[in-house]
Amino acid sequence: MKKTIITVVGKDRVGIIAKVCVYLSQNNINILDIAQTIVDGYFNMMMVVDTAGASKNHDMIADELSDIGKELGVQILAQQEDIFNMMHRV
Amino acid sequence: MIGINEVIETNEMIRHMNLDVRTITMGISLLDCVGKDLSDTCDKIYKKITESAKDLVETGEEISKTYGIPIVNKRISVTPIALVGGSVCESEDDFVKIAQTLDEAAIACKVNFIGGYSAIVSKSMTKADELLIRSIPKALSVTGRVCSSVNAGSTKTGINMDAVRLIGEMIKETAYLTRENDSCGCSKFVVFCNAPDDNPFMAGAFHGVSEADRVINVGVSGPGVVKSALEAVRGESFEVLCETIKKTAFKITRVGQLVAKEASERLGVPFGIIDLSLAPTPAVGDSVGEILEEIGLEFAGAPGTTAALALLNDQVKKGGVMASSYVGGLSGAFIPVSEDQRMIDAVAAGALSLEKLEAMTCVCSVGLDMIAIPGDTKATTIAGIIADEMALGMVNQKTTAVRVIPVYGKGVGEQAEFGGLLGYAPIMPVNSFSCDAFVQRAGRIPAPIHSFKN
Repeated sequence: MKKTIITVVGKDRVGIIAKVCVYLSQNNINILDIAQTIVDGYFNMMMVVDTAGASKNHDMIADELSDIGKELGVQILAQQEDIFNMMHRV
Repeated sequence: MIGINEVIETNEMIRHMNLDVRTITMGISLLDCVGKDLSDTCDKIYKKITESAKDLVETGEEISKTYGIPIVNKRISVTPIALVGGSVCESEDDFVKIAQTLDEAAIACKVNFIGGYSAIVSKSMTKADELLIRSIPKALSVTGRVCSSVNAGSTKTGINMDAVRLIGEMIKETAYLTRENDSCGCSKFVVFCNAPDDNPFMAGAFHGVSEADRVINVGVSGPGVVKSALEAVRGESFEVLCETIKKTAFKITRVGQLVAKEASERLGVPFGIIDLSLAPTPAVGDSVGEILEEIGLEFAGAPGTTAALALLNDQVKKGGVMASSYVGGLSGAFIPVSEDQRMIDAVAAGALSLEKLEAMTCVCSVGLDMIAIPGDTKATTIAGIIADEMALGMVNQKTTAVRVIPVYGKGVGEQAEFGGLLGYAPIMPVNSFSCDAFVQRAGRIPAPIHSFKN
């Protein structure tokens, strides 16, 4: 199973996680893990999700999440996890 | 499982430190495109390139989206055209016709550069080689995306001084023919010693005869990431400095390896090599000059620069080699003046001279790169500069190159504007003492002895 990492970076506000979760649920994307932290005053959230059952492809999901980010004034990225594994695991 | 801090680190590199994959370059052999006449050959070349690379740009963009990493350039390199056109080109204009075909194919594939308008003449020239070299000024002035290169020397063969002398004249002519755009035609031409067959970077990319029919080579970059990592270790020992560069180079290269494998798989073309190069751009925070400053120099060019660059280049290779199964191309730190804002600043401040740049090229890839010189520099002087650089490569068994732009109508104190990734450059003074009698000798400089290393 190829996992996708969704990250949200920006100013914290009410409803960010809620809005992202609603989108994921509507598109049948399962959340495997969530972590969040504050770096330099910015809200950073990471979700590990499984898109195997999703009706949409990666590009579409990435675009739609990016649009949701714009509405919320935060940056949302969806990236396949390989890039992080390659960089941080020997 | 991957941790949030690792995810943040990677994305910070992309977002704020200009981490990117600089180029996916598809090498395409044109050896099977030699037709019964010139027009048949051009048709075959156009067909092979456009069929092989039709999905290159789109695939690059898809991969970029999958991993959230910018892939800046998608490019094509082809078999040196002197080999392909040898039997069908009888004049310089015939070769120019092939250059135009390459340009059209590049436009059709939506790649920004196509390399391989080249000749390999490290020992001597065939008639076709000479015709191609003589056609370079016209070819570069009537096309927009074609890049040209000549390999004029090697450790095994010595330096072909007849070619070097001719190239000096051709660079001047290219500068004149593209005078409307600050002689920018010269920015698409490079002369090499020990040119690699698998270099993905322009202007010197060509698909060598030792290569497969098609291949994917990837050039990584990331000077900004190295610079940021070094900010955290100011004042620390050389050991800490070197470890930091090595680890960072490893991370950058792993991304290149991922992208290369993915591109190779999606395009159904074998993976060739990763080129581990620190390739700067004119963007702020994407500069090799800045890394040298972070290592401890006031400006690139200050005493200590050659040592700092040697250290940087070596650590980039040491970190990168473990990150990829196959490393090749030019692999090292690039020091193109016009494409690196802090190098430009160093020249403007009077810290960096042509002679210091020459010394720096002894310890890094690739050579005197993107250097604007006065338009009235003599062809023989340019040939002398090339010969010096070739000698460094020949004796030290490394690749060296020269890409100088004698900017027509401009002199020291003025500036040349090339636009885009090529940037702008202050015109640097050139030693004006003559080397005419040296350059005008016919023949070649013999290969050096490989013993008695002193």
